[in-house]
Amino acid sequence: MSHYTVAFAGNPNTGKSTLFNLLTGLRQHTGNWAGKTVTTAEGEFTHNQHVYRAVDLPGTYSLYSNSADEEAARDYIIFEQPVVTLVVLDATSLERNLNLALQVLEITGRAVVCINLIDEAKKLGISINLKAIARQLGVPVVAISARNQTGIGELLDQLERVATGAFAGKPLKITYSDEIEQGIAELLPLVEQTVGSRYPARWIALRLMDGDSSLLSSLKTHMGRSTSPAHKEVAGHGVTACH
Amino acid sequence: MAGAAIPLSEASNGSLLRISGIDVQGVLRRRLLDLGFVTGNTVEVLRRSPLGDPVAFRVSNTTIALRREESSLIYGELLGGEEA
Repeated sequence: MSHYTVAFAGNPNTGKSTLFNLLTGLRQHTGNWAGKTVTTAEGEFTHNQHVYRAVDLPGTYSLYSNSADEEAARDYIIFEQPVVTLVVLDATSLERNLNLALQVLEITGRAVVCINLIDEAKKLGISINLKAIARQLGVPVVAISARNQTGIGELLDQLERVATGAFAGKPLKITYSDEIEQGIAELLPLVEQTVGSRYPARWIALRLMDGDSSLLSSLKTHMGRSTSPAHKEVAGHGVTACH
Repeated sequence: MAGAAIPLSEASNGSLLRISGIDVQGVLRRRLLDLGFVTGNTVEVLRRSPLGDPVAFRVSNTTIALRREESSLIYGELLGGEEA
């Protein structure tokens, strides 16, 4: 019997906590306003003899550290490296929600995209082409309604496929402008040399060019004593490169 | 119709604009992008608070209120829907 960690990521108000409670049987308080989930909650659920440890991350629009919540969500995905990251999206405002999905997919391909509130979307006359989205994103995409408990079985099956490695995602890779791609190419060897293969080097290179100092400090903390002079050099280079 | 870009803060209630530029840098720029204030996206001016600031905007299917400090730095071209 295996144990898999699943992180629940999503914008505020997507029903992420409702799904979390449904699966884990916990009564993690859910509210109808943004920013309700302040600390990460944990629970467990079982599917086909696999035990999953579920971690409910704070609801965020982004992982680019505009706030403590976003930092917490980002650090969890980067450093704790859940076996699967479940990205919960609101079917009624996919355009907005896909921003976070893309950010997660830039970090990890071990993800399942879960489009929640599909019943609400239907009421509004919104129809969603799941196959087309899955093809574009390169990871499984499932439509559910946590409140009406529809689509949950399918979601768990897809979670299992990604968790066990039966499905290896080929996440959408965004190609940026020549200037940015050139910057990534320059930074990548330095980043790989410094952080090793454990962390998503391309993503870190991007963040460095963006001047994301909070990621740098998190990296330093998590890499602890292994911080070498080479690391500082990379940091300096990254920060200068963004100006 | 697509003419000069005006700051969102200058658009009247009910108007629709297509964002043409965001003159903000750093963390705040990132935040605005995450909230849906992306070049090319359409914004509707919903209403103003009693003292005229902040102003509620509809963007990507969600209502977001911005203060003049921010909305004056986001530019858009009027698409129509101006107040009669």
